[in-house]
Amino acid sequence: MTKPQQTNLEIQTEAISGAVNLVGELSIYTVTQAKEAFQKLSAIKTINLSDLSRLDTAGAWFLLDRQAFLSTKGLEITLSGAKPEAKSLLQSVKTALPQPDQPKPHPPYFRTLLERIGKRVAGGLLYIIALTGFLGIFLHRLFRALRRPKEFRFTSLVHHCEEVGLRAVPIVALMAFLIGIVLAFQGSTQLKQFGAEVFVVDLIAISVLRELGILLTSIIVAGRTASAFTAAIGSMKMREEIDAMRTLGLDPAMVLFVPRILALLLMLPILGLIANVAGLFGGALMAWIDLGISPEMFSTRLVSGTSVNHVMVGLVKAPFFALIIGVVGCHAGMQVESNAESLGRMTSNAVVAAIFAVIVADAIFSIFFASLGI
Amino acid sequence: MNDKTTDDVIISVRGLRNQFGSHVVHENLDLDVLRGEIIGVVGGSGTGKSVLLRSIVGLQKPIDGTVTVLGIDVRGADEDTRAALEARWGVMFQDGALFSSLTVRENVEVPMRAIEGLDPVIRSKIADLKISMVGLPYNAGDKYPSELSGGMRKRAGLARALALDPEIVFLDEPTAGLDPIGASAFDALIVGLSRSLGLTVFLVTHDLDTLHATCDRIAVLAERRVLVTGTMQHMLDVDHPWVHEYFHGPRARAASDGNRNNT
Repeated sequence: MTKPQQTNLEIQTEAISGAVNLVGELSIYTVTQAKEAFQKLSAIKTINLSDLSRLDTAGAWFLLDRQAFLSTKGLEITLSGAKPEAKSLLQSVKTALPQPDQPKPHPPYFRTLLERIGKRVAGGLLYIIALTGFLGIFLHRLFRALRRPKEFRFTSLVHHCEEVGLRAVPIVALMAFLIGIVLAFQGSTQLKQFGAEVFVVDLIAISVLRELGILLTSIIVAGRTASAFTAAIGSMKMREEIDAMRTLGLDPAMVLFVPRILALLLMLPILGLIANVAGLFGGALMAWIDLGISPEMFSTRLVSGTSVNHVMVGLVKAPFFALIIGVVGCHAGMQVESNAESLGRMTSNAVVAAIFAVIVADAIFSIFFASLGI
Repeated sequence: MNDKTTDDVIISVRGLRNQFGSHVVHENLDLDVLRGEIIGVVGGSGTGKSVLLRSIVGLQKPIDGTVTVLGIDVRGADEDTRAALEARWGVMFQDGALFSSLTVRENVEVPMRAIEGLDPVIRSKIADLKISMVGLPYNAGDKYPSELSGGMRKRAGLARALALDPEIVFLDEPTAGLDPIGASAFDALIVGLSRSLGLTVFLVTHDLDTLHATCDRIAVLAERRVLVTGTMQHMLDVDHPWVHEYFHGPRARAASDGNRNNT
């Protein structure tokens, strides 16, 4: 940036009398120069301001700061020749000079570290408890809706089913199709070495049906839907709509959470099934092109070699993942405060937490099924 | 009150026209602001008070007309001239418009960072001084905008606007959303700063108390232009229905009574 006008400061000193004459402008643009010049000077008695063309608050602060600094060393300097405006400026800066608070004693580093770790651990536990509480609220309201169906918002459920399920079909199907292709391609290059190309069918079938289909679908849905839930509920929270609902006798859990989480619960298994089909289709296509395994052979091998248990193992996880994603998303939405930053922060937190929780749950399922021997 | 006011015109708006689609906000608007005065712009909702402010500081491109600030044509100036001009005015937005990722002190330092060779220690000291000049406590410098109340955010926004000792400050609704005590404290702050720093203040407001307490002159926006300008006394005698209603309504009477009792 260019300086607004001619910003020159000249510092004339008279060694004998200890007088310093400032000529030109003492402002924020020249204050650094003045500081450097003054550090070289010693034994200043008076500073003459009559030739200053401009003095701003930065300059006034500098003069007062010098004065205070030198007075701690037992030196008194006087400011002379100030014009009336400069005088009133010096006066108002003097009254405004900040009085620093007493610095607080800093606790030892080790203690702050321990304190921070402790807070994080407690925060994590409290978060899990809060999520469990949310799950409880959801289940309670769901059963109440079963007993009193009038309170249930069916239109809202259909709307969310469309948002969560139907709109996610293209992305989920494309993702699974590409995963099938990748698996077939990677599997075939490895299995070719043993001449066991036909086992690529088992590889694709088991990995897609058991794990990848539902897991990757859940991750995509977590990214898409958990963030959407948080953003929608969070912006309502931000604008006090949720408080308004409460005062109008509407239950936010019944109106907002139940249709959303229930829609996820219904839609995620369907999306998982679509992903399974698309994955198998992609794998079959690649196996045909790359290995010459015809679609008929693929389907025969699929039916004979892969137990339907694998599909069950995969799909049984879907409702659990749906609950995790829905509860995390709605809970994060309710944590939004009245500013826009917290909305953004909670939205990204919700996505991270939902994806992480889904992967942890999947790992627990793997251990569970392995120990059962399914 | 206007001992420092001279006839030196510091902002001059001529033939301003602003239009959004087919909706004409300003047409043939003229306004002069004199050096050292506090001018208050009032008008009903949607009369384009903020649009006028934005046109003067160059945030809104008018369809037609000239805006001259400190002798420089704002629209015709090249980039360097404009940058130099921007260092000579400060703008305080309605809610402070502080950068949320920076502390208050860092916010105030932002305009000062553009100055080459300014010692960082001096910079933060001057920032502390400005924070204290607008009446914020010393520890407010380390806080983030989200930790401050509305009134404190406005003060911090004013501190940032004052960072480079501008000659003009533009204030958009300085007292909107403040409680009466906070609002009158802010009025006093504006008057105090403008007197001690020789500032010209251009403020847009709805607040009749602020008009009474601070403004040397008032400009009324109506019928797409500046209908009248003048002192409060002058406004009371204007025979235009809206202006009459505004300055003689029940709220106006309360504000003028309150002001008379205070002084």
